[in-house]
Amino acid sequence: MTTTTLAVLVPVLPFLGATAGLLLGRTVPGLVRPLAVLPTLTSLVLAVVVAVRQGGDAAVNSATELTPTGSVPIDLALYIDGFAALVAVLVGVVASCVQIYSTGYLRDDPRYPSYAALVSLFTSAMFLVVYSGDLIVLLVGWEVMGICSYFLVGHYWETPEARAASIKAFLVTKLGDVPFLVGLFALAGDTGSFRITEILGTVANGGLDHPTLIALLLLAGVAGKSAQFPLHTWLPDAMAGPTPVSALIHAATMVAAGVYFVARLLPVFQASSAAVVVLAAMAAVTMAGSGLAALAQDDIKRVLAYSTIGQLGYMTGALAVGDRGAAVFHLLSHGAFKALLFLAAGVIIHAAGTNSLAAMSRMGHLRDRVPDAYWTMTVALLALAAIPPFSGFFSKESVLGAAEQASAGHTASVPAAAGWLVLVSGLLTALLTAAYATRLWLLAFRGRGVEAPDHGRQPLTMTVVLWVLAVPSLAFGGLAYRVLPDWFDGHDLAPTLTTSVVGTGVALVGVVVTYAAWRHTTALAARVPLGAVAAHPEGDAGLVEAEAIASHAAAYGDVADAPDPADPGRLLLGPLHRPAAVGFHLDAVYRVLFVRPVEAAARLVRFLDREVVDTYVRGAGALARGLGDAVRRAQTGNLQTYVSALLAGTVVLAVAVVLVATGA
Amino acid sequence: MHLALPAVLSALLFCTGLYGVLARRNAILVLMSVELMLNAVNLNLVAFDVWLSSTAEDTLHSGQALTLFTIAVAAAEIGIGLAIVLAVYRNRGTSDIDKLRDTAEGPGPDDSDSDALAAERAEKAEASA
Repeated sequence: MTTTTLAVLVPVLPFLGATAGLLLGRTVPGLVRPLAVLPTLTSLVLAVVVAVRQGGDAAVNSATELTPTGSVPIDLALYIDGFAALVAVLVGVVASCVQIYSTGYLRDDPRYPSYAALVSLFTSAMFLVVYSGDLIVLLVGWEVMGICSYFLVGHYWETPEARAASIKAFLVTKLGDVPFLVGLFALAGDTGSFRITEILGTVANGGLDHPTLIALLLLAGVAGKSAQFPLHTWLPDAMAGPTPVSALIHAATMVAAGVYFVARLLPVFQASSAAVVVLAAMAAVTMAGSGLAALAQDDIKRVLAYSTIGQLGYMTGALAVGDRGAAVFHLLSHGAFKALLFLAAGVIIHAAGTNSLAAMSRMGHLRDRVPDAYWTMTVALLALAAIPPFSGFFSKESVLGAAEQASAGHTASVPAAAGWLVLVSGLLTALLTAAYATRLWLLAFRGRGVEAPDHGRQPLTMTVVLWVLAVPSLAFGGLAYRVLPDWFDGHDLAPTLTTSVVGTGVALVGVVVTYAAWRHTTALAARVPLGAVAAHPEGDAGLVEAEAIASHAAAYGDVADAPDPADPGRLLLGPLHRPAAVGFHLDAVYRVLFVRPVEAAARLVRFLDREVVDTYVRGAGALARGLGDAVRRAQTGNLQTYVSALLAGTVVLAVAVVLVATGA
Repeated sequence: MHLALPAVLSALLFCTGLYGVLARRNAILVLMSVELMLNAVNLNLVAFDVWLSSTAEDTLHSGQALTLFTIAVAAAEIGIGLAIVLAVYRNRGTSDIDKLRDTAEGPGPDDSDSDALAAERAEKAEASA
């Protein structure tokens, strides 16, 4: 088969799997698991074959026009360059791991068939986004991912948190998608095509009339999808979904779609230096803010969610300084270790019966209960904190190196200010990342107190996957940084000495300071008892997690925060702790800016409908009723009255006829 | 005999009948009044038939034939009418037309109906709650 045929099969197979899973899920339950896992695995193999055949050489570019669509044609187009080939492999790996993990994680879940089908549909949509060479086809995958995310976040729809989170995720991303759509049309209007190759060709010839407007409109959609400031607020709340969903959608793939989109169309954004500066500022605020917020979260998954936002900030930062190779390099290594972090967190939540770090820090020997999660999570956290030689180190250093180059003014079409912004905030975030990674590790695995409950070994499907993902988290960066430039633009991705030393230095400072703070505060943990565990610890992991999420606000007073004086984050952040725990009150700002006006408008519409429109309707009814009442009075039931009326009428008519006939 | 005499007589008869239909209370008297009106018409028919046949060459006497027909129909009508009155009297104990007002529209029977419906709905809601 040709490479094109194979590439077409990659998104189609999971789609067919999802359709079959939805149709047969109830009638043939035995087929659900194979239908969930096998198409995704096959797609992974095919994606690997496509990547090997493409090999970083000339892009595979083919298109077929399904039907004429008017002025700007929409083609079913494939455009597979090195970026697309490698990102597709990442999507395949993470999706396969998540599908296998879910068979254990949601073992007893009655809604597993629809869940697995939606994950397959999501995977298919992500492949479509990655491979598509036409922006409208890309948009289809983009929106399908959005709706799948909505359904999957709301998987535990019995809990109010999950319902609210799914609606929030949908609405906030749509807030970005509307400008995104307008931006796509504006782009097509300027370039006369939706094909990526033709758009890039036009941009290279300087044929873009409104570069800043288009770039900013597109950036809104990217900010929504990739959870960048100020549209990031949906991501921490989306942790109300099952952990595998968080791993697949909210860490490794969907949120990376925005970054990937910018990487594909980077020349469009670079055509406007204002857009580049906005991108850099967005990345800087996102990175630093999410680092602070992550340090204050109590829910282990929310820590990881904020860390995802921060790492996506690194990627957009790399794009702002014009090095998409570094961005996609970080996307790949981050996809591996963040998926691992989430899946390991799922195992820990299952074992501990709680998602609260405060409760875990009062539990002894948790690490002995889940040795696989302990070791793999340690690897992943080291990768997240960018400690050499783990893979996160190399990708983060390539970002910082690109920023350093740009700040020195060596990168054309990137203002030096953008470079400095990304570099400084990147270093600050490296410090914060190391701090919250250390805090998470210490609180989760170094707790003291009552022994963690023993529920036996975790399912094999859940632990094996962790080791599979631990390999790239450990070694991908070190092995790939020499090879990847051949696949990407050819920029050198090797870490430079200056940024490596400084970056690793601040990371180590973060680790040491957090460790010291933890030593200082940990004695307090015994004095303040805290903690609540799930009611059904023997249930499958999905049930335990749903109960843990549902009970967090009830037990600790907040979904994000716990009143724990033994938390090193509290000591480190000081007065910043409270605002950081609630995400710097951004939700309150949104409430004032968007929710309240919408509610007021709804109340106005309600008033107009009930008081104005309904008055007319009721008036029409009352009029007919009143007339009916008046007519009814004539109906006395006395026959003689009727006949008298008849006679009177006859006489009147007769007289009238006579008068008319005589011409009077 | 001049045509005016039977015409005046029949007009008087008709008016008497009309008065009886409109003013009488007893259903039997009302029926009798209807008979009077019918017979006034019959008288007219006979009188004009004679008048027409004396002036023109009308030998069919269709007026008289129609009179016979009307008498037959009136006999059938009074039979059914009296039977109805009898049934009503047996049923109600009266044949007073003023008291037979079942078809009268009250001030608002619909309102009471909707009230009953609302009460029924409330009961159902209570039962289901």
